Amino acid sequence: MSTPLDDLFVNTRKENRAALIGFLPAGFPTQPRSISTLTAMIQGGCDAIEIGFPYSDPVMDGPIIQAASDQSLKQRTGSREVFATVKAIAPLAPTVVMTYWNPIERYGVTKFLESMKENGGSGAITPDLTIEESSHWIEETQRLESNRIFVVAPSTSDDRLKKVAEASTGFIYAASLMGVTGTRASVSTGAQTLVDRIRRITDKPVAVGLGVSTPEQAHEVAQYADGVIVGSAFIRLIQESKSEEEGISKVKNLAHALAQSMKRS
Amino acid sequence: MTPLADSQILGHFGPYGGRFVPEALIAALDELTLAHETALNDPAFQKELADLHRTYTGRPSIITEAKRFAEHAGGARILLKREDLNHTGSHKINNVLGQALLTKRMGKKRIIAETGAGQHGVAAATAAALMGLECVVYMGEEDTKRQSLNVARMKLLGAEVIPVTQGSKTLKDAINEAMRDWVTNVETTHYLLGTVAGPHPFPTMVRDFHRIIGVEAREQCLDLVGRLPDAVLACVGGGSNAIGIFHPFLEDKSVRLIGLEAGGKGIESGLHAATISGGTPGVLHGTRSYVLQDENGQTVESHSISAGLDYPGVGPEHAYLHDIGRAEYRAITDDEAMYAFSLLSKTEGIIPAIETAHALAGAMQVGNELGADAVLLINLSGRGDKDVQTAAAYFGIPL
Ligand SMILES: Cc1ncc(COP(=O)(O)O)c(C=O)c1O
Repeated sequence: MSTPLDDLFVNTRKENRAALIGFLPAGFPTQPRSISTLTAMIQGGCDAIEIGFPYSDPVMDGPIIQAASDQSLKQRTGSREVFATVKAIAPLAPTVVMTYWNPIERYGVTKFLESMKENGGSGAITPDLTIEESSHWIEETQRLESNRIFVVAPSTSDDRLKKVAEASTGFIYAASLMGVTGTRASVSTGAQTLVDRIRRITDKPVAVGLGVSTPEQAHEVAQYADGVIVGSAFIRLIQESKSEEEGISKVKNLAHALAQSMKRS
Repeated sequence: MTPLADSQILGHFGPYGGRFVPEALIAALDELTLAHETALNDPAFQKELADLHRTYTGRPSIITEAKRFAEHAGGARILLKREDLNHTGSHKINNVLGQALLTKRMGKKRIIAETGAGQHGVAAATAAALMGLECVVYMGEEDTKRQSLNVARMKLLGAEVIPVTQGSKTLKDAINEAMRDWVTNVETTHYLLGTVAGPHPFPTMVRDFHRIIGVEAREQCLDLVGRLPDAVLACVGGGSNAIGIFHPFLEDKSVRLIGLEAGGKGIESGLHAATISGGTPGVLHGTRSYVLQDENGQTVESHSISAGLDYPGVGPEHAYLHDIGRAEYRAITDDEAMYAFSLLSKTEGIIPAIETAHALAGAMQVGNELGADAVLLINLSGRGDKDVQTAAAYFGIPL
């Protein structure tokens, strides 16, 4: 079996380019606008989408995503809205859900994966699920043919990299630096070192996230990674825009510029 | 070896505990686990800590028998383990000195801490001053207003206090912000967590540093009464003072272990912090335990008159002890706690922390249930100086 996400990386490898993966929390800035924004991201050139499940205690997120999650939670975004968003977006591009662990545990692992499948989602990114705690998750994602994407960091030992790479499907999420989400002036040099270390262990796709916001940075990362993940930069454009139209058009333009820089030169 | 040892592999207590954290923290948690385990078996470390406790903390802490208070607790014998007499005024110093010594052993120069009431922040700032470490304390903006005196104390001790403006602006958000700092600065920084929650090894390590309370008290009770107590009682926020006094009694099956949670305005009202009595299993701040949460797994804000118990999570070992029936947990309302607060002050001349007053209210209940033959050991986890403003407002005393 393969998911739409698996197929994407087969194609981008053939095309000798990286995939652009755009992130937005469900329900941000509102439920209808999150769907129109995600659609614009795809029209601009995003190859895949990460839908964030907003959570009350996002310890891996910096101020931009925290504020967006808060705004979404104030409108009572929950599993219903998250899966409604998956359903709307998955026909347009491979779609995964990025979520802290507790919302999955509360919803029920099996039920979560069944809903994922029903709505056309490829799988989930679980940034605070350690492999030690994931045996049930691995069994169920296996059974229900869902991608399970773990996150690794520059501080991850080679021993652990092996285990995490083994357990991951879809892609391996390489956090570019030691820190939280947000825009940064430059992409940490640690990112390429980490990707090189993963390459020595596996040929599974590797996508780099944390701190990528400009086409220049994206181009740099696209030279060595299979995927480039951009989140805070899109959110900031919406936060800064005075109208829905302005937000949508800025988001589409950024996605377009980023997509142009996925080529390997 | 306790009978629980098997279930503690990888920091698990039955289905609870473990590690739910970003991968970036794993190396630091492994380093800390190793440092803790090495220190446990290192006589030099144990001697350094014991010397500090003797010459700085003021250990062993004494036992006071509360005879006049006992008249309101069914005439049972009431033994108070006086952690309030420790330097900085609560049990928190036991853990803080232990972790500060580990910080030095790991070669780190900076500690960060979260605080609600300010007691753990003050203790952390104290240890940092003593050992020449840089100290940053995260505190919810709401709490910095409620506990301005403790903010000043931390600053006098040389710590930097960062008010946290995210989320509910209380303890849970201070922990979030401390974890973000830690993820970013993990190479130079130790996160000196203040209770038995968080990812492994914190629940085990913080417990080990507080076990001294129960080890001393068990001995002192045998000396004084000639037998073990019928029940040991303690208030439960994150659960560190409770596990510290409970743990050495786990094998003594005749001894009931009773934790008193913050019932706020009553569990039915939804305005409480009684995580075991009124919560459900879930994951918060890196560990699986009971959590106050909604149907989407979002953390629900807690409420308590006591800032130190105002937390929507609880240590995983308590969740386990509850499920296997080894310990019982009850909720005490704000009003019940404040009644006990006033009673201990007026019958014994001891003003307790409002957190501790929850344990005292529990002792009144249990004493009345068990009667005059019972012996109750209560962890007097802290003194009430920090609570004078809150108590004055509650009782209508003009300041
Ligand atoms: C005096 C006192 N007792 C109890 C607590 C609650 O913490 P724990 O449940 O970890 O003992 C606090 C926390 O601030 C405290 O200051």
